[in-house]
Amino acid sequence: MNIMNILTQPVSLSHYLVVGAVLFVCGVICMTAKRNLLGVLMGIELALNGANVNFVAFSSRFLRADGQSAIGLDGQCMALFVIVLAAGEAAVALAIALCFYNNCTTIDVDQASELKG
Amino acid sequence: MAEVNWHTFFFLVAALAACGFAIAVVISGNIVRMAFYLVMSLGAVSGLFFLAGADLIGALQLMIYVGGTLVLLVFGVMLTSGGPFARMKTPRWQWALSIVLAGWLLAILLKTATSVDDWGSASVSRSHVPPEAAPTARAIGLALVGVRVDRLAQQNQDTQAGMAGYLLPFEIVSVHLVVVLVGAAYLARTKRRKQPAQFPQKSSTQSL
Repeated sequence: MNIMNILTQPVSLSHYLVVGAVLFVCGVICMTAKRNLLGVLMGIELALNGANVNFVAFSSRFLRADGQSAIGLDGQCMALFVIVLAAGEAAVALAIALCFYNNCTTIDVDQASELKG
Repeated sequence: MAEVNWHTFFFLVAALAACGFAIAVVISGNIVRMAFYLVMSLGAVSGLFFLAGADLIGALQLMIYVGGTLVLLVFGVMLTSGGPFARMKTPRWQWALSIVLAGWLLAILLKTATSVDDWGSASVSRSHVPPEAAPTARAIGLALVGVRVDRLAQQNQDTQAGMAGYLLPFEIVSVHLVVVLVGAAYLARTKRRKQPAQFPQKSSTQSL
């Protein structure tokens, strides 16, 4: 049966890259199409996690036929730095969102047009 | 009947959860539901990290991302919501444009991800054996201090010289975090709000 065929095959690197691509594209759609500023921030988090999945997948030695990882520990260290920097960026972005809400009483990015040229 | 590869089974569960909840974040209109779906999606991503053998990164994802960043996001949702069930709808043409462009990007990424033969073949000898425990905390900790214990066998002297650890990025990120904390605390300090929080209303140009 088809389902049992899928369940007996080992998972390879390209499966992880597909998951990373889907997460990244969902983040891009959120960044472009959400009107709530916090929705845009959630899109940023999704895109960063898509990239992290790629990094960790390339660092794994269980996903390749020769048992050697492509970039080894470098991938996991890069993922670590991405996680930390994303947390910092989320903090500052939320502070900006709070300032925006306090000044304009709305969190709608379409209303942020005072500086429009 | 062949034996079920449990690694594949759990990968499928985690991958479908991550992608499904990410799509739910895109589709949902309520900001609170979006935050919850994002929490579930990133938890599933942490499961993917564990399945790929990155145990420290999986644990850090749960601690820092799910337990820290997303809680911060939920606080932001609480402090900036205009009303209990407020929804802001994006015009149809913007949705269409976004989905067309993102679909194009997705097609390119999927084509690239499945095009390399090396990436498509998994380790045959491990097809019926689960990945052994591969603790990475010690190796990552030593790499952050400057010693690359996974590259000790590098013979080429020129390459060996360039394999310093991650000590400098570690220090830079530490200083960066201090700056971020101070900056965010200053930006978000208590100020006089323009008008008391009401249900959604047009922004006013009057000042206090």
